[in-house]
Amino acid sequence: MTEKKAVSAEVPKETPVLKAVHLGISFGGLKAVDDFNMEIGRSELVGLIGPNGAGKTTVFNLLTGVYKPTEGAFYLNGKKMNGRKTYQVVEEGIARTFQNIRLFKKMTVLENVKVAMNKDMHYSPLASIFRTNSFWREEHDTDERAMELLDIVGLGDKKDAMAMNLPYGQQRKLEIARALGTNMRLLLLDEPAAGMNPVETDELLDIINNIRRTFGISVLLIEHDMSLVMRVCERIQVIDYGVTIAKGTPEEIAHNPRVIEAYLGKQAEKEVLNMKDASGHVIGEEGSAAAADAEPDKAEKPDETAGAGTPNR
Amino acid sequence: MPKSAKVSSLINLIGVFALYFLFLAIFESGIFGAKTDYFKGIATTACYTIIMVTSLNLLVGIMGEFSLGHAGFMSVGAYASAVFTNAIANSGIPDFPMFLLALLVGGAAAALTGFLVGVPALKLRGDYLCIVTVAFAEIIRVCFTNFKITGGGRTMSGIAKLSDFYWVYWVTVVCVTLMFLLIRSRFGRTVRAIREDYIAAEASGVNVTFYKVATFTISAFFAGVAGAIYAHYMTAMIPTSFNFAYSAEFLTEVIIGGAGSMTGSIIGATFLSALPEAMRTFARYRMLAYSIVLVIVMIFRPGGIFGTWEFSLTRLLKKIFRVKGTAPGGKGADAAKAGKTGKGASV
Amino acid sequence: MSIFLQALINGLNQGAIYALIALGYTMVYGILRMINFAHGDFIMVGAYTIFYTAPIMVSYGMPAWMAVLIAVVVCAIVGVLVERIAYKPVRGSGSISALITALAMSLFLENLAMVLFGPNPKTVLKIFKLPMITILGAKIQMKYLLTLGIGIAIMILMNVFVHATRIGKAMRAVPQDKEAATIVGIDVDRIITLTFAIGCALAAVAALMYVSTYPRCTTDMGSMMGIKAFIAAVLGGIGIIPGAMLGGIIVGLIEIFVKIYLAPGWYEAITYGILIVVLLIKPSGILGKNTGVKV
Repeated sequence: MTEKKAVSAEVPKETPVLKAVHLGISFGGLKAVDDFNMEIGRSELVGLIGPNGAGKTTVFNLLTGVYKPTEGAFYLNGKKMNGRKTYQVVEEGIARTFQNIRLFKKMTVLENVKVAMNKDMHYSPLASIFRTNSFWREEHDTDERAMELLDIVGLGDKKDAMAMNLPYGQQRKLEIARALGTNMRLLLLDEPAAGMNPVETDELLDIINNIRRTFGISVLLIEHDMSLVMRVCERIQVIDYGVTIAKGTPEEIAHNPRVIEAYLGKQAEKEVLNMKDASGHVIGEEGSAAAADAEPDKAEKPDETAGAGTPNR
Repeated sequence: MPKSAKVSSLINLIGVFALYFLFLAIFESGIFGAKTDYFKGIATTACYTIIMVTSLNLLVGIMGEFSLGHAGFMSVGAYASAVFTNAIANSGIPDFPMFLLALLVGGAAAALTGFLVGVPALKLRGDYLCIVTVAFAEIIRVCFTNFKITGGGRTMSGIAKLSDFYWVYWVTVVCVTLMFLLIRSRFGRTVRAIREDYIAAEASGVNVTFYKVATFTISAFFAGVAGAIYAHYMTAMIPTSFNFAYSAEFLTEVIIGGAGSMTGSIIGATFLSALPEAMRTFARYRMLAYSIVLVIVMIFRPGGIFGTWEFSLTRLLKKIFRVKGTAPGGKGADAAKAGKTGKGASV
Repeated sequence: MSIFLQALINGLNQGAIYALIALGYTMVYGILRMINFAHGDFIMVGAYTIFYTAPIMVSYGMPAWMAVLIAVVVCAIVGVLVERIAYKPVRGSGSISALITALAMSLFLENLAMVLFGPNPKTVLKIFKLPMITILGAKIQMKYLLTLGIGIAIMILMNVFVHATRIGKAMRAVPQDKEAATIVGIDVDRIITLTFAIGCALAAVAALMYVSTYPRCTTDMGSMMGIKAFIAAVLGGIGIIPGAMLGGIIVGLIEIFVKIYLAPGWYEAITYGILIVVLLIKPSGILGKNTGVKV
């Protein structure tokens, strides 16, 4: 964990899971995302933040093949992904969740996950017509694997419920389980904590850390809640008007005047203070995963917070 | 195969045979006297309508797109199979293999058409797709009106009478079973996911275009089989029979039975093809009454009469005999489809 | 040249009929996102009204075309009744329910006509007694020019109405944003009713143009006309009023020109083929704006 921490501030040494180079897209002459560069290492958690309409979701849409980039390229495990369709990108190992939840509403929780596992199932239409042994075996195995994923997000006992009948927080968790079902290397989370209460948010963080540990996957997180991003991300990239304005560790980002100006506008001082409070507070309290991950800066972060806070005062 | 699945498959197989022997007893005992052939005809009509409506239900109920051009695919199957059997009429092939070949030719021709129509059309969704299916069906109709081999706008007659009711019964059982088993597999699950949210399905690694075109092609295949039955039952036909109104009739039967419910499609198709004959004396008011019933169903049960409910013979028997055995979980319950799901058990 | 001119006038006349019906489709679709498959049948309602009332008009010494006034009223009333009784209750139940209800109403109107008027076609008396004239060597029926003129006049009136009057503006506002329209004080239900009334009234005018060109009415005359007019609306860009007019004229011209110059048996196939091509290139129609799905 510590070694990962060490590389996190710079470029990852091994082949990065995700590498985006000068990635950009314009809609009718308007550059929605411009010169976007990013590298994510194995089991790293990187945050992508920015004000409303900065182009965060557009980045996700580029990385999942929903939009075709008009400039640049991106690579997954060194393999060029440009021009691939969404399902092909998913096959290669990038999965996502959606800002506005998109579940298969009138299907059961279990089925939602099994749909994502379809690409790893191989029995033929003939096998399903004749109900061969391979049909029953694969369905059974997929059921079991799907249940494992549901247990990880804490939905094991809801497997036969209709997705639409789940409470909001659980729907977000189901989206994560479904994304896990695609067996990906990189998980893109689009505002996973939106609309969640603090308890649910904490549960969500546990889940995210848990799946990183269990599957060794990398996570790119879009989040509006600054305090959350500061708490969990190892590195943060800030974009505004489609342009990257800062990159670095949470502390560096918190200090960066351009970020404060762009992201927080005139209310900067006040908000910065709140944000710092929140991050300091949590680091102190949440012992387990996050603290273990962030061992080196456990001691230094609260200090930093205080330090950053004073000049503003 | 789980034990519960074996049991329910067996039960369904018995159910299908029981229904067959019931028909056999009714028609062969001669209780209808001279009218036996007439009632056999109604039963045959019901059978090919069932195949039409269930195959359209694949599109409407499972894939969530509505087509108003299903009669077009039916006509492709009808004309292709008729041209085929006319061509090999004197080859000395016995009737039954000839009938099966006609069905395959009809199905294959319609499937090919479905594929060719589906590839461009399925780029569109919702109302636009609906309009394009109407347009394609009309183009198909105009083609058959102009082609010499299909009668050149006049009635194409003299088609061999091959659609014997008992054969058609088993063809219907097999077709519905095939569709049902396909729905209850990873294919059906994936297509239902596309219906629910195609963007999320794509983001879950589903090749949406492939599955949509495949569903469209399969649906067209079965419509073609139904068309082949139609051609070899009617022995004469005209392209204008396969018009917009006929397509609309199939769609209303899917919806009134319940989109997504095979039970609804089967019962809906049976009643709506048998009723017109039964109400022949009120012919003038029949369609009037039907349209009013449609509106009433849409107002009070927008999901159709059966919604997405499926009849299960196994479940029914359990209720009747209060068997406390293991509840059929997962796929076991799936295979428990009444009256029509025998095939799965036999292999 | 003379054939060309004749074809042009015929095509424009046919196109104007389609355009008037297409307007009804497009206005309803704009507001309710619903394909009103029963709309085509209003041309049948209008035609039968003219068939029955024109002789009465003549017997009172009035010109036969005055029957259209009664047809307009009858169509508007029937249209509003259909909307209130059948469409309004299913408004919240999804697009398939709305579609099926519309198909059912189409069946209902056609079969009601069958019960009331019988299955045999009726021959409408001559609406306009006008001579043939010769322009540039082409023999052209004056009545074609007249009905074409009526069509164009109605379309201009419609444009003025939706752009210059308060109600017309409300009719354009509701399709764009129902909630916002409610907030600024527009009674959406009333606008919907009005839309149906106007759409059906236009169909009555189309019926007049139709029966003066082809003096026959049958109970199923509406469905085929309706589908073509609907195709016209989609071609031009459904929900857009000028689009319906453009689409109607295009469909009418294609039909007549293909009939005369290319292959008489294939004109429908060619019309539908063009529709498919246009939709694949520009799914929202010729004048439509492309709107993608937001992820």
